[in-house]
Amino acid sequence: MQEKPQGAGDPDDESLKSDQRLADRRLFLQQSIAIAGLSFAPGNFFGGSEAFAEELPLGDAEKVKLALSVNGKKHRLSIDPRVTLLNLLREQLGLTGTKKGCDFGQCGACTVHVDGQRVLSCLSFAVMQHGRKITTIEGLADGNQLHPMQEAFIKHDGFQCGYCTPGQLMSAVACVREGQAGSEDEIREYMSGNLCRCGAYPNIVNAIMEVKNNGQKV
Amino acid sequence: MVQKDLQTEPESLDRVDGRPKVTGTATYSAEYAVGNLAHSVLITSTIAKGRIKNINAKAAEESPGVLAVISHLNSPGVPGYPPAKQPAEPAPVGTAFRVFYDELIYFNGQPVAMVVAETLEQANHAASLITIGYEIATHQTDFEANLSKSAVALSVQRSKNSPFQDYGRGNPEAFDAAEVKIEATYTIPTQHHQPMEPHAIIAVWEGEDKLTVYDKNQGVKSAQGNLAQAFKLARENVKVNAQFIGGAFGSGIRVWPHTVAAVLAAKKLKRPVKLVLGRELMFTSVGYRPYTVQKIAIGASKNGILTAMNHEGTGQTSAYEEHLERTILATRAMYACPNVFTKYRLLNLDVNTPTWMRGPGDATGMFALESALDEMAFALHIDPLEFRLQNHADTDPERNLPWSAKSLKECYELGAEKFGWKNRLPAPRSMQKDGMLVGYGMASSLYGFHRHPSKARAVFSRKGSVVVQSATMDIGPGTGTAMTRIASKILGVSPGKIRFDLGDSSLPDAPGQNGSSTIPSVGSAVHVACEALKTKLLKLASEIPGLNLQPDQMTIKNGRIFNLTDASGGISLSDVLKYHNLEQVEVTEESKSGAERDQYSMYSFGCHFIEVHVSPLTGEVRVKRVVTCADVGKIINYKTARSQSIGGIAGGIGMALMEASVMDHRFGRYITNDFVSYHIPVYADVPQIDVIYVDKPDVHVNPIGSKGLGEIAIVGVAAAIANAVFHATGKRVRDLPITVEKLI
Repeated sequence: MQEKPQGAGDPDDESLKSDQRLADRRLFLQQSIAIAGLSFAPGNFFGGSEAFAEELPLGDAEKVKLALSVNGKKHRLSIDPRVTLLNLLREQLGLTGTKKGCDFGQCGACTVHVDGQRVLSCLSFAVMQHGRKITTIEGLADGNQLHPMQEAFIKHDGFQCGYCTPGQLMSAVACVREGQAGSEDEIREYMSGNLCRCGAYPNIVNAIMEVKNNGQKV
Repeated sequence: MVQKDLQTEPESLDRVDGRPKVTGTATYSAEYAVGNLAHSVLITSTIAKGRIKNINAKAAEESPGVLAVISHLNSPGVPGYPPAKQPAEPAPVGTAFRVFYDELIYFNGQPVAMVVAETLEQANHAASLITIGYEIATHQTDFEANLSKSAVALSVQRSKNSPFQDYGRGNPEAFDAAEVKIEATYTIPTQHHQPMEPHAIIAVWEGEDKLTVYDKNQGVKSAQGNLAQAFKLARENVKVNAQFIGGAFGSGIRVWPHTVAAVLAAKKLKRPVKLVLGRELMFTSVGYRPYTVQKIAIGASKNGILTAMNHEGTGQTSAYEEHLERTILATRAMYACPNVFTKYRLLNLDVNTPTWMRGPGDATGMFALESALDEMAFALHIDPLEFRLQNHADTDPERNLPWSAKSLKECYELGAEKFGWKNRLPAPRSMQKDGMLVGYGMASSLYGFHRHPSKARAVFSRKGSVVVQSATMDIGPGTGTAMTRIASKILGVSPGKIRFDLGDSSLPDAPGQNGSSTIPSVGSAVHVACEALKTKLLKLASEIPGLNLQPDQMTIKNGRIFNLTDASGGISLSDVLKYHNLEQVEVTEESKSGAERDQYSMYSFGCHFIEVHVSPLTGEVRVKRVVTCADVGKIINYKTARSQSIGGIAGGIGMALMEASVMDHRFGRYITNDFVSYHIPVYADVPQIDVIYVDKPDVHVNPIGSKGLGEIAIVGVAAAIANAVFHATGKRVRDLPITVEKLI
């Protein structure tokens, strides 16, 4: 538990998985401490080691090694542990398609897929994604061939300003994959975490219904 | 449902910027790849009034990565700020808030310092280390408690021709003498735009006297002028880029203090600075729809003819600046009534200045007026739609002018038919479905026509492509798509070969995107520019010997010029340029209003029919069905227009049922400061919406016969919902939003 995450591995490499679990655990603890404050951390949770607690990378002094895959591209990084997945994508990897709407997990604009699951990237520290596969809006199309959901959004005009759109698309794809797009009402329920101030909701519902009903692979 | 709508207008264009928007390549203000970028965060006041005693920034300044902590103590200063104390003059009475100017605090959430660091994480951490000492003064932020202090705005007192002067026509005693009277007070709380994209800017000084900003705003030209004035720069030395704007709804009409703060920081550090407002700051930094109280008194004859309408409105503004809106103006023009009196007052409070929010003033005023009309119809035992038809204004009763065009009766008819209004049982609580109380409500809508001088450049190049340019904006409605459609129809070139450029201050002059003025203004400019380009191309073609092209026979279609009598002949546009040895043909044209403004009264009209279901147990209101119908002249592109109308309804649902910015007056601070506490409509709140357009050109307003759509889409929606709720429950809610505790 006291090892540093190795971090320099291949996300697709099996040997990374144990490192990943270790890293996940350790980083979870770091995050808990950063949030709760040391005085609230139960001592025995760390094996009763006060010395260990002092080694935790608090503040801004330490860089943490991290390896992850984004849209199929592997990245080996050394990052400030305070960096959220959202800020990593936008500010360091130049992937600005993932949007910052609220930074509090309340609007869904930052939705990405982590190992196939929809995740709010603003609520996730980048270092928690060690060894994981991230898909962002930039990775949804197959080269120049748009994803069926992207085509359907254009056809049904499922957006106006376009700012919430990447998050809507990532959620919409996940919604169909999760089997929660069975009816308009079900879609409304399972998409309600993605806000749209322009009010494109009815058009997006129609887009998702069409993709679902066409049985296209998403 | 959608399929049917699409078939109504098979030629409708998909959004021309659809692909970048669905692939994440559309670049918004905070997303430009600028080298050597520093990141910043604002620190805002935690008191509503008083002065800063001290700022302890030592720990922050020593924190890793920090480049500067900027406040009034060390700001390089904004040379264009007026030196006077606030509130100062002249108009708009007062002075826009001056960032980092002095130690005075005017509202809670006022920017007082800024941390700039190498990374956002470093800036955020350093900001947490700053402590600020305040001397607290007593503040007044409670609108209701201070209402008696409202007064005629100073700017109105000084302007005899202000539309906000007390107004009257006819007999002031008419209300007292009316056979049937209703009198009520309507309240709309402060509501916030909250576009999904937070306001953001990247400021880059390209030299001592040259500034480039990537800024979220609704008008690159006005932002350019404003920043040039603030920093005493030549206008052409300020470049404002805003190609993609993630919604605004009015919040981007002005250049706000945070924009100036980022420019100041970039100047001080001599390197590019990015500032993105956190969602909490979006409640105190970029304006809001002001808290407004309205009193309406309506008199009518027993047979349902309006005899008197008195409308008083009071809106909130800041302590340092006046903001006025059209709140009471619609009442003068909406219905045929001989005796109408209006008053408008302002209340200064220790808050930030409000601003225009979708349907400014009219969305507010028409909530009160159209609710009151419904109350009167109920009192008279007349169907609400019938009552409106009986009092239809055939000419503008305020200006005594003919309407440029008005198809409101057709809107009523089309909307009522589609909705099934005839199935409405008149008595409240008389309709039920699945254990829910069912209510049918309707309201009228209007919005004044705005057209500003605009220029457009149109360039045809030998490759066969067209570029049209104007410094207009797209905050979401699909400006580029509509302009492409206009150009395509005139030039006979397929939309795929046309590119429309906007959002760049170096392009030909255009107004900002507000007041539903883009299509009327810029659409007209694109129209005249493309007509001029077409004329030029036809002339060039007619000069080519052997083609026998006749000036009165020539037309352009599919990129070819030919005689109407011989579609197989003619010449391609590219070959016309080749023959003349030209790489491109270019025109720039301006379009603006003329004398027609004094000959006609120009408005858009419309109506909304809404069905709500209300739980008799919990009071929960669900909007189940909406039919909205608008007469906005010619529809340029049905698909994007329809989306804009749907968006207006969604905004109206928020305004009516959930949006309220709540302040804790002990501190003068909003307790609703995120999307968990400030509710905007989600998927489950917005049903499928039927959109109908009369789609007849208004030949008097401009060359394209088209009026704007953005505002009229929301005006009246809140009243239609409130009226439906009354019909469902028998409870008249006059204080928005209509939340459950008001119904149980």
